[in-house]
Amino acid sequence: MTLLDVENLWVQFPTRQGVFDAVRGVSFTLGKERLGIVGESGSGKSMTGRAILRLIRPPGIVRADRIALEGVDLLGMTEKEMRAVRGQRISMVMQDPKFSLNPVMTIGDQLIEAYRLANKSDRKGAKQAALDALASVSIRDGERVMRAYPHEMSGGMGQRIMIAMMLIPGPQILIADEPTSALDVSVQRQVLAIMDDLVTSRGMGLIFISHDLNLVADFCDRVLIMYAGRVVEVCRADRLHEATHPYTRGLLNSLPRLDEPRERLSVLKRDPAWSEAPGVSGRI
Amino acid sequence: MSMLSVEHLNVWFGKGHNRVDAVTDASFDVAPGESFGLVGESGSGKSTILRAITGLVPTWSGRITVDGQDVAKKRHRSFYKTVQMVFQDPYASLHPRHSVDAVLGETLHLHGFRDIDARVVRLLDDVGLGQKFRFRFPHQLSGGQRQRVAIARALAAEPRILLLDEPTSALDVSVQAEILNLLTDLRAEHGLTYVMVSHDLAVVGHVCARLAVMKDSRIVEIMDVDSLRAKRANHPYSQELLRNSVGA
Repeated sequence: MTLLDVENLWVQFPTRQGVFDAVRGVSFTLGKERLGIVGESGSGKSMTGRAILRLIRPPGIVRADRIALEGVDLLGMTEKEMRAVRGQRISMVMQDPKFSLNPVMTIGDQLIEAYRLANKSDRKGAKQAALDALASVSIRDGERVMRAYPHEMSGGMGQRIMIAMMLIPGPQILIADEPTSALDVSVQRQVLAIMDDLVTSRGMGLIFISHDLNLVADFCDRVLIMYAGRVVEVCRADRLHEATHPYTRGLLNSLPRLDEPRERLSVLKRDPAWSEAPGVSGRI
Repeated sequence: MSMLSVEHLNVWFGKGHNRVDAVTDASFDVAPGESFGLVGESGSGKSTILRAITGLVPTWSGRITVDGQDVAKKRHRSFYKTVQMVFQDPYASLHPRHSVDAVLGETLHLHGFRDIDARVVRLLDDVGLGQKFRFRFPHQLSGGQRQRVAIARALAAEPRILLLDEPTSALDVSVQAEILNLLTDLRAEHGLTYVMVSHDLAVVGHVCARLAVMKDSRIVEIMDVDSLRAKRANHPYSQELLRNSVGA
């Protein structure tokens, strides 16, 4: 069952030095699975996520042969139709909750607003739904959290609130862009477990964008490895450590490891051929 | 004889009801040429210890000695000749309108060196940047190159102790490997002593021989790297931290 089908996606930015290609012909499909996209900064992984929701602002250009959500092409939609997709059918969780929540609204008001935009409901029903949403991300004292402002929350709490808010409309796809990079390791695990639980129990598709290879290997089903705007390798997440592309191998080898102490870390030698080679398709 | 010793260090912020104890009763010793790690979650006080050592936090009590000398509340100029710090974010720690040459030149001038020109060249070579970066501005450098400039600035004073506050956490893994290798080389060449703060146990395990685990402003355990690798932690919190570290 294919939820999302992306074929030959390009994101371009015109600059004074000519057109810069941030994403160059990326193709993949997403079913009811956890798809990881990994790469270094500048590899185009976040741009891919944003382009799906058509969140690239002009002068940036998004081109693709196809971006289809359950068979319906997103590229042909008007901006108004697109607004019914964003948040309602495809949601996005960004890296830092501090910048994603409205600092001058209480968390309760923001959750209620999110719910009432998606459902016809009175305030009372919406409040109950907001409390349920907070409970689903393991926030037990929901009443207190609802009255609080975002700055009163820790990073882990903030990110859980973001996930709760994104899941209120019941989207089919969640795009998580480095959702745990700003969090401590122990909190990171909790947030991932919650996200995993919600995504699997609701039969959603998850696009998990991260720079952390180990995290993606642990958490996802399938992984796309991006380099210079292209997908250079596709593999099963549990086989990530057996990846064959020299770039993926280079990234894996440059990580310090506790179980294999080394005097010096191996340094990635970038080969211009990698960015020239045609991309790999992640379509099934 | 230890190069750096911290005894019963307390650091606090605010007064009265608003007082927050950021570090409580921390003690550790670092031998000359050793590298020592501080790990723990955000807010556990690990960076605050470094800031207290360099004099960026005035509200501390306890005893800090550097090379046998007691550190006074007001740092003497000679202190900064011995101890230098490298910060987490290379984007924030360089002046955006000063060229690399100006950053290093000014630092050298402040430390009273005369042969500034030759020293700038040598510093750039030391951190693997070379001459062609000398007249660039921070926005013309990548994150890894900026961190190299920040390290060069710290080395300008010819210090014996480098305090490293998450020196690679803002960088990509491949760049992180380059910077960690650079730190390894510099320590061997200049016989430096490192105190490194990081939330990444694998990074600390790579650089440091011993480390302290911090939780809620206290050091709960000091262990050596072999115990870390074998996951032999005594304190329940350190055990949890080891379990939670992916791939570690």
